[in-house]
Amino acid sequence: MSGTDTDVIDTLVGIKPGSALDAIRNRRPDARTQAQASYRALFAPESAGSITATERFAVAAFVSGLHGETETASFYAAGLAASGASPELRRAIDAAIAAAKGRGPYGSYPAGPLSREDAPGPTHCVAAETRHELGSRLAAAFDHMHLLVFHPRDAAPATLQGLLDAGWSTTDIVTLSQIAAFLSFQIRVIAGLRALAGAA
Amino acid sequence: MPDAILEPPPHTVPAVFTRALLDWLPWLEPLAVDALTERHMTALVDAARAKSDYFRLLARDPEALRARTLTDKDIFYNADAGLPRAERELAAAATSRFNGCIYCASVHSRFSATYSKREADVQRLLDEGVNANLGERWNAIVAAAVALSTTPITFGSQHVERLRGAALDDLAIADVIHAAAFFNWANRLMLSLGEPAAPAQP
Repeated sequence: MSGTDTDVIDTLVGIKPGSALDAIRNRRPDARTQAQASYRALFAPESAGSITATERFAVAAFVSGLHGETETASFYAAGLAASGASPELRRAIDAAIAAAKGRGPYGSYPAGPLSREDAPGPTHCVAAETRHELGSRLAAAFDHMHLLVFHPRDAAPATLQGLLDAGWSTTDIVTLSQIAAFLSFQIRVIAGLRALAGAA
Repeated sequence: MPDAILEPPPHTVPAVFTRALLDWLPWLEPLAVDALTERHMTALVDAARAKSDYFRLLARDPEALRARTLTDKDIFYNADAGLPRAERELAAAATSRFNGCIYCASVHSRFSATYSKREADVQRLLDEGVNANLGERWNAIVAAAVALSTTPITFGSQHVERLRGAALDDLAIADVIHAAAFFNWANRLMLSLGEPAAPAQP
């Protein structure tokens, strides 16, 4: 993994200093630096609290793997390895990604006029064997991350209860949710800017 | 006391997309107002946000909240050229409509309607969804926001070309990308940490 001062979006889009995209990003300087500050806050925080670096990168490897954006997924897989994750854990995460891929967004609305737009889809539950390898804490996080990636409008208090039951605190849940939500942003900025660069 | 899920008070669940002012009720305990330290206030960026349950809940991870907020502000408020504010808000509203975030869609459809003065078109987006016909320029922006919001992402050079055809320069296209991408961030927090509520009838 490269250092946390290397801009992840620039690296993964392939933005070179002095290029047209470099100039465009400089017109929104805070968006550029604070997107990177968000990455640092979530993956190299000043105070890690009760979520380890391996847990943070495990969640990121899963979320980015579900998006199927190869370079970004490889970046977080490398971060996971650098955090000291065991080969067994990394294999379990690869298995979890392969079993959980899908298409989103889907989900249900409150009963009423929008019900005709309800789009059913799976509620994820990590397979028993993988659950054993991940441990109950990460497995519960992965089940919730799948919901955030593919069908966030199905969220309900019960989905958060599963995280509390697995030992995550309220503050941990805020951070886990920020990781999934931030990655949903970062991955899309990377994909979008790459398409913009490619359409020159 | 172990952490617990909050039971929202009795309320009216909004069952349609609306430009009306909605409340948001947290499912997890926000920090108490009198527990906010200097570090939390720095994270909130605007002191007025200390009144919001949503921001006091996110303040549990202050570093992440501060960077999120400063990213948000530059994407939407930086007035140096690029996409007009009305259309950055349109991209935010379209993303929220597509992901199904009734709360975010209400806020950003109001902003888009205010800045564009095109209330009927914004309302059509809410009522009919992301396939509503809003004229080619807005259709191109909505289609780009939708293609960026699918998982896997389906945004590609054809969307860039369509936006260029609608007279967006590359800075404006980058603004569409950032506005839609940011609302994939915001929608997931708003949808999963609490729920919208219609204000009580007076």
